[in-house]
Amino acid sequence: MKTSRRTFVAGASAVAFSGKAAFAQKKYEDGVTDTEIRIGNTNPYSGPASAYAAIGKTIDTYFKSVNEAGGINGRKVRFISMDDGYVPSKTVEVVRQMVESDKIFALFQPLGTPCNNAIQKYMNTRKVPQLYVATGASKWGDPANFPWTMGYQPDYHTEAVIYARHCLANVKDAKIGVLSQNDDYGRDYVGGLKEGLGKDVGRIVKSVTFEATDPTVDSQIIQLKDSGANVFMNFSGPKAAAQGIRKAADLDWKPVHYLNNISASVAAVMKPAGYDNSQGIITAAYLMDATDKQWNDNAEMKAWSAWMDKWMPGANKADANHIYAYGVSFLMTETLKRCGGELTRANLMKQAAGFKNFRVPLLLPGITVNTSPTDFYPIQAVQLQRFKGETWDLFGEVMHAESS
Amino acid sequence: MPSFPKKWLWVVLALAFAVPLLQPILPEIVSNYRLFLVSTMIIAAIAVLGLNLLTGFNGQISLGHGAFYAVGAYTAAVLMDKLNVPYYATLPIAAVVCFVVGFLFGQPALKLEGHYLALATFALALAVPQILKYKWLEDLTGGVQGIVLSKPEVPFDIPLNEDQWLYYYCLITMVVLFWAANNMLNSRSGRAIMAIRDHYMAADTMGINTARYKTVTFGISAAYTGIAGALSASAIAFVAPDSFNIFLSIKFLIGLVVGGVGSLTGSVVGGIFYVLVDNSAQAISTFIKNDLGLQFDLSAYTIFGLLLIILMYLMPQGIVGGVYILVRRFRRG
Amino acid sequence: MQQLLEQIASGLANGAIYACVALALVMIYVSTDHLNFAQGEMAMFSTYISWQLMNWGVDFWIAFVLTIAISFVLGVVIERAILRPLHNAPVLSVVVVFIGLLAICNSMAGAIWSYLIKEYPSPFPKATFGIAGVIGPHQLGVVIVTLIVLTLLFLFFRYTPLGLAMRAAAQNPQMARLVGVRVDWMLALGWGLAAAVGSVAGMMVAHIVYLDPNMMSGILLYAFASALIGGIGNPGGAVVGGFIVGVLENLVAYAGNMIEKTTGIYIIGNGEKLTVALIIVIFVLTVKPAGLFGRVVVKRV
Repeated sequence: MKTSRRTFVAGASAVAFSGKAAFAQKKYEDGVTDTEIRIGNTNPYSGPASAYAAIGKTIDTYFKSVNEAGGINGRKVRFISMDDGYVPSKTVEVVRQMVESDKIFALFQPLGTPCNNAIQKYMNTRKVPQLYVATGASKWGDPANFPWTMGYQPDYHTEAVIYARHCLANVKDAKIGVLSQNDDYGRDYVGGLKEGLGKDVGRIVKSVTFEATDPTVDSQIIQLKDSGANVFMNFSGPKAAAQGIRKAADLDWKPVHYLNNISASVAAVMKPAGYDNSQGIITAAYLMDATDKQWNDNAEMKAWSAWMDKWMPGANKADANHIYAYGVSFLMTETLKRCGGELTRANLMKQAAGFKNFRVPLLLPGITVNTSPTDFYPIQAVQLQRFKGETWDLFGEVMHAESS
Repeated sequence: MPSFPKKWLWVVLALAFAVPLLQPILPEIVSNYRLFLVSTMIIAAIAVLGLNLLTGFNGQISLGHGAFYAVGAYTAAVLMDKLNVPYYATLPIAAVVCFVVGFLFGQPALKLEGHYLALATFALALAVPQILKYKWLEDLTGGVQGIVLSKPEVPFDIPLNEDQWLYYYCLITMVVLFWAANNMLNSRSGRAIMAIRDHYMAADTMGINTARYKTVTFGISAAYTGIAGALSASAIAFVAPDSFNIFLSIKFLIGLVVGGVGSLTGSVVGGIFYVLVDNSAQAISTFIKNDLGLQFDLSAYTIFGLLLIILMYLMPQGIVGGVYILVRRFRRG
Repeated sequence: MQQLLEQIASGLANGAIYACVALALVMIYVSTDHLNFAQGEMAMFSTYISWQLMNWGVDFWIAFVLTIAISFVLGVVIERAILRPLHNAPVLSVVVVFIGLLAICNSMAGAIWSYLIKEYPSPFPKATFGIAGVIGPHQLGVVIVTLIVLTLLFLFFRYTPLGLAMRAAAQNPQMARLVGVRVDWMLALGWGLAAAVGSVAGMMVAHIVYLDPNMMSGILLYAFASALIGGIGNPGGAVVGGFIVGVLENLVAYAGNMIEKTTGIYIIGNGEKLTVALIIVIFVLTVKPAGLFGRVVVKRV
C-alpha cells in the first residue's frame, strides 16, 4: 500500500511541535498577564471581501498607539489578527487556534455574518467573548441565548425598516424596486424592508438580486426600471452601488433613491458614480464621513485625521473603514479600561453591557453607545441624510430604533 | 513513485492511533486544537485523494471538486439537521449522492477534453453555491444563512473528548478509503483507469470500455471528495455557501499538484500542505511585519503566492516526486 | 419589448468586456499553449499602473501607450524569470504557478493602491445619441478598440514572419527549432504580447466596472467561457464568444422574468443567470467540442 507513512509522520510531528502556550495566571483568565492582554480577531485579508482588511489594519495600529501611550492600565494589548478569507470553515479553524493555542482573552471584531455564525456556538460553549462583531446582522444581540456575543453597529434590518417608514410617509403612491446582494446581508435588508412596509408590502413591484462576482448590475437595473418602480432601494456594496447609481442615470430612470449605509462613502461611491447622478439619494448614517467637507472643522474629525497622519501615513483617508475601526477600537479600549484589575471574561462582558450614553468619537452628533444586560446592540441610532452637491445633508431627528 | 516497506506503514499507523492517548502526558503538545487541525488535514487528504483518482490516475482534469465537497457536506448537514440521521450514517449516503452526481456529470465530460473539461468543472464549482441559495431549496439548505450543526458525539461512553473522537473518526475513515483506493488501483480496473490516462487510443482499441471507466471514475472520485465534505460538516459543525467558494476547488488542485499527481502518498502530503500553507503563510507574514519590521505590508496572500511559485520551482513534480528524486540522488551519490 | 432590446444591448456592452479579456486569454494560448489563470490579475495590475501614471498628470492616451509598453516588458520578464525554469514541468504545475501569480498580483495591488474602488476615466467623448442610455459612447469605444486589437493581431499572426514564428513555436516547438526559430524567445514575446493585450482590456473595462484589485475575478470566468465557446485558438471566435455570453446571460434573466410575470412562478432569476448561461455553453461544447469556430485537431497516434 502506497499510503503515506511519511504524511502520518508529518501529521504526528505537527502535533509534536509544541506551542509555547502561556500558562494562565491565577488572578486573571487566559490571555491576560501583568503586562499583556491578548485580543484575537479575524478579518478577510485575502479573497473577494479583502476591502475590509483596512478594518483589521486600523485596529492593529490603534492598539499600537494605545500601547505606546502606556497601554491599558499598564498592560500592553497584543492584537492577533488572522486571515479567514471570508470563508466560515476557515474562521472556525483560526478562531480555535487563537482560543486554544494562542490563548486569547477575547475575540474582538470578527468580520462577516457567515463567519460569525460559524463560531457563535463555539465561543458561547467556551465562554470566550465574541465582542463587537463586525457585521450588521440583527442576530448578534441575543444575550438570553448567546451571552458571550455582542454586536456593534446599527443592524441592517432596522436600517431597512427606517427606509420603509420614510418611504411610506413621504412618497406618494410608492412603487418600490429593490436591488440586493444575494447573501445574508442583502437578505437582512430585504427582510427589514418587508417588515417596515407591513401591510403595504405589496408596494414592492420588483426585487432583484446580484452576485458579488457579477461584473456589472446593468441587467438588474434595466429590470427595475422596466417594472415601473418610482422608488429604488439600493442594498448593495460600494462597487455595485456606484454602478447602479450610474446606470439608473444612464437609463434616465429617476426614482426616489434609498442607498444602504455601507455604500454611503462620498469618495468610494458617490464620486465614482458621478455627483450629478447622485443628487437626492437618501441614506441613514451613524458615522461621520471623512470625505464630507461639513466635518472638516469637527474636533473629533481633526483628532482622527492627525492620528491617521501620524500612525497610518499613506493610508487612504477616504476609506470609511478607517473611521469605523477607529471608533470601535476606542470602545474596546474603554471596555478593557473599565475592567480595571479584574480581567476576567465575565467582567469584560459585564463592562461591555454597561455603557450609558457613552460617546464614541466620529459617531454623528447626538449618537451614543448604550448597552445593558438585556440590550446587546451598542449603537442603535441613525439619522437620515440626503446627498446634495458634494456632501451629505443631515435632516430630521436622530432616530432610535428598538430592535432588541 | 516511492514506496516504503510495509512494516513502516504499520508503525506510522500505530503512531497515528496512539497520538491522542498521549494527551494526558503531554497536554500542551497534543492539544485538542492540534488534534482538530490534524483532523482537517485528514479531511483535506481524502478530498485531494478524490481529485487524484480522477486527475492523477485517470487523466481528467477538474477545477471543480469543491462542488462535490459541498454536495457531500450539505447532504450530511441536511440529513443531520432535518432528519436527525446520526452523523456516521451520513458518510455512506453522501458517498452515494456524490457518486451519482459525479457519474452524471461524467457523461457530458466525456465529450470535453483538457481546457474544456477544466471550464466545465470550474463552472460546476461556481454553480453549486448558487444552487444552494436557490429559492426553492432554501428551506432545505438554509439558504445564505447555512446550517449550524452539532459536533459528533462520542459513542458507547468511550472515554474520549469530542476532538479526540473526531480525530479517530476521520483517521479510520481515511484508512479505509485509502485502503480501498489502493486495492482498486492495483486491480484490473485500476490498470484500465491508468491505461486510459497514459494512452487513450491504445486502451480504447484494446477493448477497454473507456466511456464507462471514465464516468465511473468520475463518480468514485466525486464520492471520495463528497465523503470528505460530509466529514468536514461534522468537524466544522457549520455549513454555508460561502465555505464552498471557487477557491476551495483551486486549493484542492494545489494540494494535488504540490503533494504529487498520481500518488496516494502525494494525496496525504497534499492534504497536509493544504492546511499548513495557509497557516505558515500567515505566520511568515506576521513574522515579517512584527519581527523584521518591514514597512511594506507583505500580506499572507502574497506569501502564499510566493510559496507556491518557489515550491513548483524547486519541485515541479510535487513534494513526493521531489523527495523521491532527492533520495535517489543521495543514494547514488 | 423595450426591456428585451435594452437587455440585448446591455448584454452586448458587457460582451465587449468579456471579448476584450478573452482576446488576451487566446493570445497567450496561441503563443504559449497555456491558459493563464493570472491573466485577469495581470491586466488589473497593468490598469493600476496606467491609473498611477494618470494620477501623476499623464494624459490618457499617453498613459495608455506607456502602460502597454510597460506591460509588455513585465510579461516578458515574468516569462523569463518565473516560467522559463519550469518549461519542462507538467501542465498542472504550471497551473499552480499561475495561481501563485494571481495571488501575488491581487494582494500587491491591494497593498499598493488599497482595496477602495477607484474611478477610472473614459477616453471617449461624452456624446449623447439615440441609444446612449443603453450603449453609451464608452461601450462603443470598447467595441471599436477590441476590433482594432483583433485586426492587428490577425494581421500580425497571419502576415508577419515574427507572428508566424510565434505560432510555430507554440504549436510545435521542436520543428520550429529545427527551422531556426528561437523558440524560447518566441514564448517570452508571446507573454509580452498577451500582457499588452490584457492591459488594453483592463484599461477599457475599468471605466465600466470601476478599478479595484478584484475587478477581474468575476470577468475572468466569463472571458474563459467566451474564449472556449469561440474556439480557444481563434481570436475572432473569442470576440464573438464574448458577445454571445454577454447577451445569453441577460436573456436568461429576461426569460426568467417573463416566466415569473406570466405564470407567477419563480424558476430562474438573476441568481441563476450565470449558472444557466454556463450550462448552455457547456452543452454547446459537448456538441461542438472545439468551440463554435475552432477546428478539430486530428491527433496522430
